[in-house]
Amino acid sequence: MQASVSPAISAKDVACRRGDRLLFRKLSFDLGAGEALHITGANGTGKTTLMRALAGLTTPFAGEVLRSGEIGLLDERPALDPDLPLGRALAFWEKVDGCTNPVGALHVMGLEPLLEVPVRYLSTGQRKRAGLAALLNRGVPIWLLDEPLSGLDVAAIAQVTALIQLHVSGGGIALIASHQPLEIVGLRTLAVESFIPRTQEEPA
Amino acid sequence: MIAALLKRDLAKFFPFAGGGAALPVVFFVAVAMLYPFAVGPDANMLARTGGGVVWIAALLAAILPLEKLVAQDIELGVFDQLKLRGVTEEVMMAVRLLAHWLSFGPPLIIAAFPSAALLAIDGPTLHLLLVGLAVGTPGLAAIGLMIAALTASLRAGAALSGLLLVPLALPILIFGAGALARQDPASLGFVAAISLGLVAIAPFAAGAAIRAAREV
Repeated sequence: MQASVSPAISAKDVACRRGDRLLFRKLSFDLGAGEALHITGANGTGKTTLMRALAGLTTPFAGEVLRSGEIGLLDERPALDPDLPLGRALAFWEKVDGCTNPVGALHVMGLEPLLEVPVRYLSTGQRKRAGLAALLNRGVPIWLLDEPLSGLDVAAIAQVTALIQLHVSGGGIALIASHQPLEIVGLRTLAVESFIPRTQEEPA
Repeated sequence: MIAALLKRDLAKFFPFAGGGAALPVVFFVAVAMLYPFAVGPDANMLARTGGGVVWIAALLAAILPLEKLVAQDIELGVFDQLKLRGVTEEVMMAVRLLAHWLSFGPPLIIAAFPSAALLAIDGPTLHLLLVGLAVGTPGLAAIGLMIAALTASLRAGAALSGLLLVPLALPILIFGAGALARQDPASLGFVAAISLGLVAIAPFAAGAAIRAAREV
């Protein structure tokens, strides 16, 4: 499941902006195989912005992000066609990822009864589970999870937490941006709040 | 990977796979059908002006799917997920360009036959019309894709894209329809050249637009 090279992701003095406003600066961390990081912060502090910069979708305003290993991102948009039945919408990503045996992930996420349901009729929690199934099927070493627990019921929260634990124990890396507490062994915490500039004039 | 992308894009935009893409063809024939009712059934006049009407119908038909061409997949996060899988925006846009053209170009060329009958267009003119549409529609698709990508993050993007396409499509229209009026196949060479240039630029311009849309 894991890449042959040991996965790692690190941020060095990263700063991100939204519009003209500096959200945070001098944010650094270093994660290697088997490590998990809980990114906390109130709404609007820039957790999602940070996640997108870490994923390489945007370039940080300052600093750099170093990645070795493939990145999987789960955010509030599962990238599934709303008009297609869930099974066919997921099948597109299975084909793109060259996943030949998606049944396990579908079973684990309890999606089997939903395969014929068009994606637009699914609830937030069901969509989140579908996104997780697509992530599991990729088998990438670095997981960036943006609010993975929002919209999930108690049973699903326990299950997703267990999955993250399993991924990390297997030598993967997980970065989780979430308001909710996470029960994962060896979880480190990074509060975005502690990197907010005191004044807007402060250099990044 | 590319095959899977093209298959999804075609399913989204091709008429026979559901969705709203059957509209351009129906629209195209409907315009040709309504034109004689609007201007009268004089066969000479129809034959003289009919080709131009077909070209305008082709231009307008190319605008119809622009709204959902790029904006929807940005919103769904599909381009982001593909990017994480190592697909460049240029490849995504090249595939999308091909799918967009396939969804209206060939159907419009097929629809040109019944339209020619309805508009009393003669054989040689139909020949020029078909060749013109074949080399001109890829250019229209390329303009459409670039505009769709550039306006994707704007709230009034859909309304704007139609307006923007019209002036940019003028060169193709002038040479394409002009070939019919003068019975001059040479100007179709210009149409082909303009088309080729646009098709070459479009994936890069549209790809850059998608990347820029992320940095908000």
